[in-house]
Amino acid sequence: MARCLFILIIILLLFTLHVSSEEEFTEELLFRPLPDRKVLSHFHFESKVPPTTVYGHHHRLFPKAIYQLVHKYRIKEMELSFTQGRWNYDSWGGFDPISSSNAKPPGVELWAVFDVPPDQVDTSWKNLTHTLSGLFCASINFLESSTTYSAPDWSFRSLSGNLRYGSLPREAVCTENLTPWLKLLPCRDKSGLSSLMNRPSIYSGFYHSQRLHLTSDEFDPVALHGIVLEQTLTIVIQPDALETHAAFSSSRKLQPSWSMSSLFGKTVDGKCALAKSSNVYVQLEGGLVYNMKDTWNNIEGNDGEIVQEVPYEVSPDRMMKEINSFHKDGYSILYGFSINNYHSSKPFDLGFWWKLPVTWSCVKAPLRVSRFLMGSGNEKGAIALSLQSTEWSQSLLKADNNIEKCNLRMYVDGISQSLGDIIEKMSVSPSEDKVSPGVMEMVLRLPCDMKSASLTLEFDKGFLHIDEYPPDANQGFDIPSAIISYPDFQTRLQYKLDNASIKSPMVSKMQERRTILSYTEVLLVPLTTPDFSMPYNVITITCTVFALYFGSLLNALRRRVGEEERLLKSKDKSTGKLQLLLSKMFAKLRGKPWEPPSTPPPPSSSSKFISSKVILKIILIAAIAFGWQYYDG
Amino acid sequence: MTSTPETEAQKPKHRPIIRIGIFIIAHSFIVSVVCCTAGVLALLLLPVLAKKTYVSENALMPGSAIPMISEQDVSGANKFINELTSLKLKSQRTGIEIPRLIALHMANLGGEVSYHKFQNQPNKFHPLHFFTSTELEANHVNQTCESYATNTVGIIRAPRGDGKEAIVLVTPYNPVNFSQNEALSLGIAYSVFSLLNQVTWLAKDIIWLAADSRYGQYNSVAAWLKDYHTPSFGGFGKLHGVGCHNGNDVPESNLDMIIETEVSDTLRRAGTMAAALVIKVAKTGEAGDQDALNIYAEASNGQMPNLDLINVVSYLAVHGQGLRVQVDKLVSFLDSKWLKFIGGVLETVGNIARTLNPQWKFGIPVKEYVEGSATLVSSLYNQALGVPTGSHGAFRDYQVDAITIEISPKLFSTSKGRQTELLFRGGRLVEGVIRSVNNLLEKFHQSFFLYLLTSSNKFVSVGVYMIAFLLLVAPLPVLAASLFSDANKSNLESEKNKPFKSWRWLYPTKTVFLVHLWGAIVSLLPYFIYQIPDSQPTSRLLIWASLSLFILIVLGSFFRVRSTQWALLKSVTVSAAFIGLCLMSVINFATAEIGALLLVPMCLMIKPWRVAGKFQSALNLVLVIIGFPGATFFVVKSAFGFQNESSLVEFWYWVESLWAWNSATYIYICMVHLPCWVLCIYILLHQC
Repeated sequence: MARCLFILIIILLLFTLHVSSEEEFTEELLFRPLPDRKVLSHFHFESKVPPTTVYGHHHRLFPKAIYQLVHKYRIKEMELSFTQGRWNYDSWGGFDPISSSNAKPPGVELWAVFDVPPDQVDTSWKNLTHTLSGLFCASINFLESSTTYSAPDWSFRSLSGNLRYGSLPREAVCTENLTPWLKLLPCRDKSGLSSLMNRPSIYSGFYHSQRLHLTSDEFDPVALHGIVLEQTLTIVIQPDALETHAAFSSSRKLQPSWSMSSLFGKTVDGKCALAKSSNVYVQLEGGLVYNMKDTWNNIEGNDGEIVQEVPYEVSPDRMMKEINSFHKDGYSILYGFSINNYHSSKPFDLGFWWKLPVTWSCVKAPLRVSRFLMGSGNEKGAIALSLQSTEWSQSLLKADNNIEKCNLRMYVDGISQSLGDIIEKMSVSPSEDKVSPGVMEMVLRLPCDMKSASLTLEFDKGFLHIDEYPPDANQGFDIPSAIISYPDFQTRLQYKLDNASIKSPMVSKMQERRTILSYTEVLLVPLTTPDFSMPYNVITITCTVFALYFGSLLNALRRRVGEEERLLKSKDKSTGKLQLLLSKMFAKLRGKPWEPPSTPPPPSSSSKFISSKVILKIILIAAIAFGWQYYDG
Repeated sequence: MTSTPETEAQKPKHRPIIRIGIFIIAHSFIVSVVCCTAGVLALLLLPVLAKKTYVSENALMPGSAIPMISEQDVSGANKFINELTSLKLKSQRTGIEIPRLIALHMANLGGEVSYHKFQNQPNKFHPLHFFTSTELEANHVNQTCESYATNTVGIIRAPRGDGKEAIVLVTPYNPVNFSQNEALSLGIAYSVFSLLNQVTWLAKDIIWLAADSRYGQYNSVAAWLKDYHTPSFGGFGKLHGVGCHNGNDVPESNLDMIIETEVSDTLRRAGTMAAALVIKVAKTGEAGDQDALNIYAEASNGQMPNLDLINVVSYLAVHGQGLRVQVDKLVSFLDSKWLKFIGGVLETVGNIARTLNPQWKFGIPVKEYVEGSATLVSSLYNQALGVPTGSHGAFRDYQVDAITIEISPKLFSTSKGRQTELLFRGGRLVEGVIRSVNNLLEKFHQSFFLYLLTSSNKFVSVGVYMIAFLLLVAPLPVLAASLFSDANKSNLESEKNKPFKSWRWLYPTKTVFLVHLWGAIVSLLPYFIYQIPDSQPTSRLLIWASLSLFILIVLGSFFRVRSTQWALLKSVTVSAAFIGLCLMSVINFATAEIGALLLVPMCLMIKPWRVAGKFQSALNLVLVIIGFPGATFFVVKSAFGFQNESSLVEFWYWVESLWAWNSATYIYICMVHLPCWVLCIYILLHQC
């Protein structure tokens, strides 16, 4: 039996060796009209390199930086995303593969799985963050601190153990992050689809997320695929209407028509010479196709294929229909355009013209999740996570939350009482000051007829140590997005491929089964911030206290009472006129009738008593000092 | 004074600081007179000492951008106003129609719309939840469709923002009695909302709350804020709740269907609030030749928004839109003779000082002084009352800086051109403020939170106005100490043989404690009076007064208040007043200031009529009469020429408003002022 298996593996190995013995680069671009008059453009670049054991160390296409990164830190899988803006789960959808894998929280998100012994994972992670921050001109190195990253046990991805996850919600994303990302492409943005990336137009969009996904099996005993680098850029742009229909120009229902040149201000002058394939796709969602068919049939009585009704300037090379659609009535359609035959004298410019108004809605995520702060006041607070069912969640079974908290001491007693039997599994690692963030993972099994549920977490707003405050402390503290995954929901878009010979990594990605992920908003918690001129006040007060303390201590130590009294006596004897006047004034000050200096009583009797008093005083001061030291230190 | 040389010599020599203390206590009379006079003088000097305001936070940069509101936005707003007014004429059921129309327009502009339904929560007196948020028991009795009010909430998501923060615009309107000025304020918000939907510079989300103020402007905003900060389980959704469908409803048009699909069925939220702006248009026109802008800022218990917010608004209004900014002032103060006289004196002093040294510039013109003090008094009064001056007060409970801006046009005319101009002005102002707040990376923290305004661009900060209060309060402990030591000394011979002679202060303390306990009971009484059904305000007031008196007598006879030395009693009373005033100054400074003005002279002067001379007794009597809270109320009312129809009823309503708004002033009056007043009377009538 063992021999059989061995042979099988060998065969498999040989097979794969045969298939992927070359480096590969493919570029693809997907457009999808969105219901709120915007257009989603999704660039997808994929570079592959065969395993080192087979292929060696020298590469033609694959970026060397990434190759070295993988080898140095023994990365199994890694994802880094830079995002600006928020994904609108309500109107842009949250169920299909594109939105569920490309909707990312604002700022930087990084997770990585390492192929190292568990005790070295943290070191690898720290080194990785530094390398990436240099590579992408971003402050990813802030993820090095143990309070900013976490190791979710089972919720984030089923494969874990060596997984580390961290996010920086406040990171600003701009072209300085895009340029190094483009440098990883063999053609950069000089030719091919990436030449469309006109900076002003992509950064003026509503959502912008650049992602880098890395998978490698280099360190497996039997390496099959090598390293696969997947780079995607997802942009949501509001197109300026090209040429509106006169009849519907006032109506807000008519979608704006657009073309590649109107979206990006550029056209494609042929494919990247190094790319194996270069394709542009237009995806129409099931709801849209259904509604379009419905309305347009009603109006025009046209029974033909939809292709003819969606007028392109260039005709699509192929069309793929979705099978096993989630949407019962409509099926999603994918139009493919190959740009292999275009060149600079004949640029490729895809146009999309709407003739009649149509409305539809995207397939939403099973739950609409929002997170917000509760209550008022500066002492305590609470975070509420409200889950609301959408129309697609009839068959909902299981939701899975992973909430990350920083800097807040939180309680979770409230939850178990209110949610009782819904919780299936829960693990909480409370935050420890300066050591780790609070992480709460829980699996909820919600009943199908649930309308809405909410989780509340109470926390204490504590004062931080002065050096733990960020530079702009008065802004408040960001709590990174919570991640919701639905393990029981698998999303995939299965397309009936008309031409099996064309292998598109993006389409095959869409066909993969994957769990749905969604993120909540980033939360801003205003904490009480001290007035930062306070250290000065503290220094002043402390100095005063110390001065008083040492002053009285020295005074008590220095004073020799007997001697002083002798001195006084001798002074009294030689009372001059000036002294008389002075003593009169002092007496006036004291509000007592002035007594002419008389012979004081013999002080010998009191001297012993006073000395014991002095000793008592010293003991008291010493006790205070001791107590101070003891309780303060 | 009779200490023998032996005792003095045996006493250890005092430190200088103690000697100074003894000296001050020995001359307590002069100290009291000097301090009190200085305190009152310092208060009168405050308008002179006021500083010019300045925008402290650099990030705000008010007025650095050109206003972008266009003809299109304003014409849209005009259309919107016309639709609103025509709806009012056409339909009777404006209570439902107006929110629907607003929602439709919000959605058309591209905002995310949701309704927020709430019920009137009658203000009840909760004696045990005074400072805590009252956990309002849901009274689900009698829930008819009409009893619901509907706020309409529109949210613009900042295109590239991360949605952590939001700026709130509030336009209160009353759908039952809809008026033109409310339509105008809605129009201003509409024009801003229309603009902000297109701009790309937004970093914070914008929430437009069209607050249904049929149950009061404050209540609608407070209800929305409460629900914004608590998890909700649906039920805000559609305009017609379950079971609220009228059979013979107006046929739902196609338009309605669209709205119903666009309006989300849950309350939408948008991050932590950075600031809030309540926009109003005044009903009555302004007499001057300029449009005016009134700013209201006082929230509950004298809390103020950050001064920077007021600065930005007034800067933009004055320099950007040419509006005359004014803060609420006491009109009757403007032509008071004595204030003019003081102003004149101060002006001449200032002029003389300037002739001596041109560097000294502290004199201000008489007119400015009078206006400044009128504003200052109104500012002090509003803060002291502890009742918010508008719906912005609800935001302060959630640590959100908020103010109300009320635009009062110079002469209200419905002419189209005038309305358009007003929309432009208001829209540009609001846009500028939003743009400034939008620039802000941190929350408001740079400028002052504790201040009094003497005009829209002048303020007195806490460091200055504290001096007046401290000077007023300072004589109290001195007097207490001096009375105590005198009493001790005078009794030294007579009670030399008695044991525990140093514990004699316990008896007056017991009396003072009992009276303060009585004060606490009096403050709780209204809760029980409310249990009596169907009673008139006057009868309630009388019941309250008689019950209090009865309890006082019962307490006095039950615990058999021992007749003690009046000096000791006065000493303890004065110390109690001092502690009470100092505690109150932490909670609400303005109350403590006004309280000190009333209480300190009374406490200092009071003496048994047998001991005091005739003149002093008469003065004491006057002070005691004025010192009674009710009497103070009437005196102030009549002095400043407010009309008082049925004064008792008015007083009852005044007190009712205090506890309804959870004002700490109520507690102060019942637990500090009233007991002190009773004790003063007790001392006045003391049998020596």
